[in-house]
Amino acid sequence: MSEDGHAYPSSRFYVVIALILAVLTAMELMVFYVDALASVLVPVLMVMMSAKFALVAMFFMHLKFDSKLLTGIFLWGLFIATAVILMLLAMFGKFAG
Amino acid sequence: MGPTSTGIGNRKLGMWTFIGSECMLFGTLIATFLIYRGHNVVGPYPDDLLNIPFITVTTFVLLMSSLMMVLALAAVQRGDVRGTKLWLFLTGFFGLIFLGGQFFEFNHFVHEGLPLSRNLFSATFFVLTGTHGAHVAGGVLWMGTLFVRAAQGKLDSSHAETVEIAGLYWHFVDVVWIVLFTLIYLLS
Repeated sequence: MSEDGHAYPSSRFYVVIALILAVLTAMELMVFYVDALASVLVPVLMVMMSAKFALVAMFFMHLKFDSKLLTGIFLWGLFIATAVILMLLAMFGKFAG
Repeated sequence: MGPTSTGIGNRKLGMWTFIGSECMLFGTLIATFLIYRGHNVVGPYPDDLLNIPFITVTTFVLLMSSLMMVLALAAVQRGDVRGTKLWLFLTGFFGLIFLGGQFFEFNHFVHEGLPLSRNLFSATFFVLTGTHGAHVAGGVLWMGTLFVRAAQGKLDSSHAETVEIAGLYWHFVDVVWIVLFTLIYLLS
């Protein structure tokens, strides 16, 4: 039960989410080995990674059902981490042609 | 523990704040790994050693351990002691399998001539994945203590938040690996 009284999902729902995660992981592996997708490998894998990340955070960590403050705390940490990564990569010329 | 002025329990709010700070820790380690990627002047190189199918299997195991964890939470919330013990045990057990896979991989790298100090890849790889592995090990110990408490009958539905907080930590370790699996292995 979340702080604002919302019930968490059923066990069956969690199993469905786990199956989706397993399928996405298998798709990641498949994409990795398909030569025809080499040119779009990075964006495709990043989208699938983000989808898996979001599924675990929203449903297994219950952010979808809990107080938005908790989502804010998590997203703030993620924002700082992402900003640090991108700024350091830029400083070291990783985005230069 | 009582709720804070936000209506959220102290321990849960504390765990989320900790997770937020952990994002920054892993962010710096990931940044370091990415900056030095491809700058090795001596081998062995990542492409020679990374075993993608093997790591995919251990990734799958860690993902499924997250399922075990939410099932443990669901069990403790409905007062199912037997289910709580089973799912907590399986969560820790799957974590141990993941750690075994990581130990095997580290051992393989060292035997192939890639110890920690060999090149930039090995230094950043071992520190990043080793830090994550240490978090998994901490989580396994945590699952162990919860399992013992459940076995002693000291973990009923009134302690659901205790299991939920352990679960938050465990799922965070899982989402970090989701990122590392893509960045280290699939985009190698």
